Amino acid sequence: MPEAPAGTLYRGREGMWSWVAHRVTGFLIFFFLLVHVLDTALVRVSPEAYNAVIGTYKNPIMGIGEAGLVAAIVLHAFNGIRVMLVDFWSKGTRYHRVMLWVVVGLFVVTMAFFLPRHLGNVFGGE
Amino acid sequence: MTTTTIAAPRSGPPRRGRTAGRSNYELYAWVFMRASGVLLLVLIFGHLFMNLIAGDGITAVDFGFVAGKWASPLWQVWDLLMLWLAMIHGTNGIRTIINDYAERTGTRVVLKTALYLAFTVTVVLGTLVIFTFDPCPAGAPADLLPSFCTV
Repeated sequence: MPEAPAGTLYRGREGMWSWVAHRVTGFLIFFFLLVHVLDTALVRVSPEAYNAVIGTYKNPIMGIGEAGLVAAIVLHAFNGIRVMLVDFWSKGTRYHRVMLWVVVGLFVVTMAFFLPRHLGNVFGGE
Repeated sequence: MTTTTIAAPRSGPPRRGRTAGRSNYELYAWVFMRASGVLLLVLIFGHLFMNLIAGDGITAVDFGFVAGKWASPLWQVWDLLMLWLAMIHGTNGIRTIINDYAERTGTRVVLKTALYLAFTVTVVLGTLVIFTFDPCPAGAPADLLPSFCTV
């Protein structure tokens, strides 16, 4: 196996970048999932232990981290639907670029709904 | 004087192994990613709505909140399904990434061993927590417990 691939299949543009984004978000979500099962497992230790750890999720820095996590999940979810449409819909490959912009649009709308609500809770406003 | 016999090219018995032992494993993994992906979208969006958007969002999450949710079989099944599907979906995704980027066989073996170990520990731990959870542990301060724990 060559150390550095000679030539590349990566073509850039929407197709490749959505694939990269899908990988990166999936990778990040997986490691959060491992941590999240561990922190939830503390309910089995004691109410105090669980409340102490979940308390750290409420400080502003973690709150911003949660916003990033939700952004990663929403993008991965909507792009996953797009991947399925490319795979199973007969016109999927023809419209994959348009569908990416639909995904980005839905992502912006979802985050526009989620962020004020979540950041309002985290930063104690309204 | 001996004659060396050389078999005519491409005339041997059909090769076993690589082609004969091929399974549809990768196809099933591919189908699973799509089927579980749809379910996870519903399960995780529901989870995020309940825990981050409804009521006071993250600020309301504490032991009493979790105990209140798991008092209902719906949320027990919801979280159990989410745990298993997300862990299998995520583990398969990381397996794909390892196969793509770890070029040396030894590296792949080490990384995948760590991955499957993390999978097993996380799924077993999470499943045990959901099934053995005690919403009203003895001796805990009453103000930390859900309201149905009146002693």
